[in-house]
Amino acid sequence: MTVSGSVLDGRPLLTGAASGRLLVLDEPLSLWGGLDPESGVVVDRRHPQFGVNVGGRILAMPFGRGSSSASSVLAEAIRLATAPAGILLRRVDEIVVLGALVAAELYGVVCPVLVLVDTDYRELHTNADVEIHVDGRVIVRLVALG
Amino acid sequence: MFLELTEHDDALLRGEGTRAEQLAMRIVTKIAEVMGARRLLDVTGAHIDGCLYHGRAGLDFAERLVAGGGRVAIPTTLNVTSLDALHPDLYRGDQETARLATRLKACYEAMGCRPTWTCAPYQLPERPRFGEHIAWAESNAIVFANSVLGARTHRYGDFMDIAAAITGRAPAAGLHLTENRRGAVLFVLKEVPNELLGSDVLFPVLGHLIGRRSGDQVPVIEGLSAGASEDQLKALGAAAASSGSVALFHAIGITPEAPTRHEAFQDTEPDEVVLVTPALLRAARDELTTAGGVSLDAVCLGTPHASLDEIEHLVALLADRRVHPGIEFFMSTSRAVLQCAQERGWVEVLEAAGVQPVADTCTYLIPTLGPRRGVVMTNSGKWAFYAPSNLGVGVIFGSTEECVASAIAGEVRRDDRLWLGS
Repeated sequence: MTVSGSVLDGRPLLTGAASGRLLVLDEPLSLWGGLDPESGVVVDRRHPQFGVNVGGRILAMPFGRGSSSASSVLAEAIRLATAPAGILLRRVDEIVVLGALVAAELYGVVCPVLVLVDTDYRELHTNADVEIHVDGRVIVRLVALG
Repeated sequence: MFLELTEHDDALLRGEGTRAEQLAMRIVTKIAEVMGARRLLDVTGAHIDGCLYHGRAGLDFAERLVAGGGRVAIPTTLNVTSLDALHPDLYRGDQETARLATRLKACYEAMGCRPTWTCAPYQLPERPRFGEHIAWAESNAIVFANSVLGARTHRYGDFMDIAAAITGRAPAAGLHLTENRRGAVLFVLKEVPNELLGSDVLFPVLGHLIGRRSGDQVPVIEGLSAGASEDQLKALGAAAASSGSVALFHAIGITPEAPTRHEAFQDTEPDEVVLVTPALLRAARDELTTAGGVSLDAVCLGTPHASLDEIEHLVALLADRRVHPGIEFFMSTSRAVLQCAQERGWVEVLEAAGVQPVADTCTYLIPTLGPRRGVVMTNSGKWAFYAPSNLGVGVIFGSTEECVASAIAGEVRRDDRLWLGS
């Protein structure tokens, strides 16, 4: 087994620590209508990751899409513990931050949200192990078997 | 980036007002910081999307605000809910969810919001004026306010909407600032036949295409007929805000910030130019349809909420004919517009023809109201985009005329001629 890693410098939009396996979405996802907060599963049939469970993952997506109800859906998923452990964005998305912010206010559970610069974002690969630190560092370890 | 607060902002943040004001200001300042704002600005109105029940989190938040003495500081309208209070028999969901959704509605009314229950607040008599700063949520309302009215709102989501309403403040950032309203992507309609250019059905299809192609950039459209109606622009914006994150578009010669291409792009060149050919439009139209065949179970119109003009048009199209008994036909609108339609005798005509009016809510939101399975036809790009996931139904997109003809025939009737042009 070989391990290679890199340390990325994220800008925390909502500060917190989290770790988990990375899930990179190939397209932006509208959380409302796209994520079922009861199960944490992507339910948008048009989305390439249809059927994938985001629960406990570090979710990377360029930005959210569409509906302004996305904040409620994310907050509800955090309440139900079906949400991603942390979110990495390529562009600032206030609607995603709002959901995470209100869940932190209400339930004391922090789902950190960070923005990465394009070059760092492009380095992200699904299934890498990721640690998000409170200072904005994002440690990515690629685990290759063999 | 340092956020400069007024004495009043700061007093609210320190807790010198109510607990609700403190929480609301904490949210406003946090989002201001995220957006890179240097200051806050006054907003004159708000439209709240958070009144639609999505689960306990939204209710917990609203109840915390009410318990903390929350009151809106500015005129505030309310978006759709999941319940049709005027036609309660339509609801087929579980009673516990209905009870929680009712509690959520009551919270927002208790904070002083107007019980408008519509996704089209721009169809109410008092609407924002050109250049006015507002804090609106609901993607179709946002794009209409920015693009068609020339009011200024950023793309606000649930929670921020009521936080802005309680504080009367929003970040001086995003689409509140002139420089961020500059067009980025130019869509040029090319060789689109005149008949299609003059049809209502072009607009949701074009909106869907533009949303897909522009993501969260500001699109500019060149080549639409100067006489495009508000209802047509409403359909375009709603579709673009569903397939993409479009919160503002300019249509040259039509929308108020785009008398010319120069003004739409603020004297710069477009970042990208997309030629919109009949072939691209046809592909976008096909993308909005997920079902095949002629079998049909229901028709849904009124997403976003139907205007009085649209209801009048529907009455004329029905022309005293009746919807086929095998088809459920829903038309969603606001209680305010429904009242006006009622006064004109149109509601009676619709009901006699077999059309079920729906108020306060929309048929694509939840499977507990409106169609639950089978194949549904709609004239709305937004409905076609969301319903397959939300309801699990198959969708056929068509013009209003095609929807009505199909509803009467009891099976899908589409006229492809409009789309086959060179």
